[in-house]
Amino acid sequence: MKYQVDKNGFYGKFGGAFIPELLYSNVEYLKEHYLNIIQDTSFKKEFKMLLKDYAGRPTPLYFAKRLSAKYNTNIFLKREDLNHTGAHKINNTIGQILLAKRLGKKRIIAETGAGQHGVATATVSALMGLQCIVYMGEVDMKRQAPNVARMEMLGAEVRPAISGSKTLKDATNEAIRDWINHPEDTYYLIGSVVGPHPYPDMVARFQSVISEEMKYQMKEKTGSENPDKIIACVGGGSNAAGAFYHYLENESVELIAVEAEGMGIKSGKTAATTQTGTEGIIHGSKTLLMQNNDGQIIEPYSLSAGLDYPGIGPLHAFLFKSHRGKFLGATDKEALQAAFELTRMEGIIPALESAHALAVLPKIKLKKEETVIINLSGRGDKDMQTYSSNLNALKNNF
Amino acid sequence: MNRIDSLIKEKKNILNIYITAGYPEKDDTVFIVKSLEKAGVDMIEIGMPYSDPLADGPVIQHSSNRALANGIHLDTIFYQIQEIRKNIEALPIIVMGYFNQLMQYGVERFLEKAAASGVDGLIIPDLPVDIYNEKYRRKTEELELDMIFLITPQTSDDRIHQIDEATRGFLYVVSSSSTTGNTASLKKKQESYFERIAQMQLRNPFLVGFGISDKTSFDLACRYASGAIIGSAFIKAIENTSNLDKTIHQFIKKIKS
Ligand SMILES: Cc1ncc(COP(=O)(O)O)c(C=O)c1O
Repeated sequence: MKYQVDKNGFYGKFGGAFIPELLYSNVEYLKEHYLNIIQDTSFKKEFKMLLKDYAGRPTPLYFAKRLSAKYNTNIFLKREDLNHTGAHKINNTIGQILLAKRLGKKRIIAETGAGQHGVATATVSALMGLQCIVYMGEVDMKRQAPNVARMEMLGAEVRPAISGSKTLKDATNEAIRDWINHPEDTYYLIGSVVGPHPYPDMVARFQSVISEEMKYQMKEKTGSENPDKIIACVGGGSNAAGAFYHYLENESVELIAVEAEGMGIKSGKTAATTQTGTEGIIHGSKTLLMQNNDGQIIEPYSLSAGLDYPGIGPLHAFLFKSHRGKFLGATDKEALQAAFELTRMEGIIPALESAHALAVLPKIKLKKEETVIINLSGRGDKDMQTYSSNLNALKNNF
Repeated sequence: MNRIDSLIKEKKNILNIYITAGYPEKDDTVFIVKSLEKAGVDMIEIGMPYSDPLADGPVIQHSSNRALANGIHLDTIFYQIQEIRKNIEALPIIVMGYFNQLMQYGVERFLEKAAASGVDGLIIPDLPVDIYNEKYRRKTEELELDMIFLITPQTSDDRIHQIDEATRGFLYVVSSSSTTGNTASLKKKQESYFERIAQMQLRNPFLVGFGISDKTSFDLACRYASGAIIGSAFIKAIENTSNLDKTIHQFIKKIKS
């Protein structure tokens, strides 16, 4: 099992738990107990039930006929956008809230970028009757306003993060500081495969339901469990980790991760970590991140709030360095165009994050007999403001 | 015996002041340390500003951002410490920063530079003890630098002993579960925690930090510890002053009186 975390929490040289002593007892307790808890029969039963009856799983694997014709290949969309709350994020929040319950925690905190993880956390907190506080960059609160309203409707308190670039990185800092200040009653419900061990592995396991379903759905539809390629966008990397998980050891399946290039990797306004980053530590994990020579973290940029993060999870750093994963990028413009294309050709408005995965279709070599799965991580309701303001330009290019 | 050991052996009620290098202005560091020493401060902790200081509250975050905007770099800080050492011999100087800064500078290179500049000890809150022991301890101790680890109210007795074993100089006892700058007054609960540490017969002496802001909290910590560390309260005091030297003397006088 080359691509599984080792007992110290590392994927190759990436991962670990580089945390202040103030977080040690909580993180160590999680590390010692998470596998026992989440592999327990009653936990698995409850998790499965909620994924099915509450989140609406399995999500369909949809053959996108017109898109396939255009790119002269066979494209399947894994419809994570059809989950309750509109993205893959709910898979992980259901898992972690069940864990938090078993740990006896009363107060749930989370960070959010696009607001999808915040909404998914507020949702499961409401479901379990737990207090919920979500940290969100002030910039993101503006560009993803509909999700702020949803979180508040769900009873969560949304606290603006006002440091740094006022986006996902800063929201994560604030959530970690909150946890330091409330070590006894609080559970930190991380939204991606980032943070100190065991979070990256735990979140990947909860998201792995995506590729678990893909396998039998592909078998049903094509006769083979294995597609030739799987494409997913990477912010921290949770939807990609889930879509890749059960194919990691099967090297005949090409895994393509797509990062946000923002205005282009040479513009200085980008979030493409593998292209512009180096090894270091962010949010307690040794991984690739965007930083200067002094180790100061560089403010990232992407039009998409969910991808606007200067690091990637340690699993992805390892997939990149070991060449198991192929890392590509898409700019703001390319993602907008791809979102418009999917909408007009298949009648599906994707999240701006997911649109980055779609945007590499014109950039890769595709064969007629090949099968490609694109993980459509979320829907675009939250991005309508951005889409509307670009609609005229998009129509003209189409 | 190094500077930290001799100080703790000789003195009680050690006052350690935390400053952010390059704050309020880039070149203030040397002046502030000299002024603190004259005012009677026993030890200095120099914060190396970081963009994402996870263990720090708003006051130190703000001072760090300002210092970074002032253009402070690690090499500037080493240079400033060398300048301080030209005039000040006995005062122990500790630097505090985050592990990513050391990684990018090169950990060994950082340690060598720190030792050569006159640094006595290091506080790197996110450096795991086991990784330190395995990879960096030998070099650190060879250079006679003290690695100072934190313990908190949540740290188990077993782990306190482990941390004590890896630590040189003194243990940094975090007064309460919080980021820096929390000024909620020290309570009974903390007193019994300090008392527990004091009775554990550890190898190292300890200083109390986080949430020490005035004479009352300083005196209380000193009842159990060799001394205490004041950070955010001092940073706040010098933020908008028009007379740094005077403000510093007044601040220290209030604590030491
Ligand atoms: C729809 C959607 N896709 C992708 C992401 C990026 O996160 P990750 O890389 O963890 O999947 C987000 C994050 O907010 C999202 O909302």
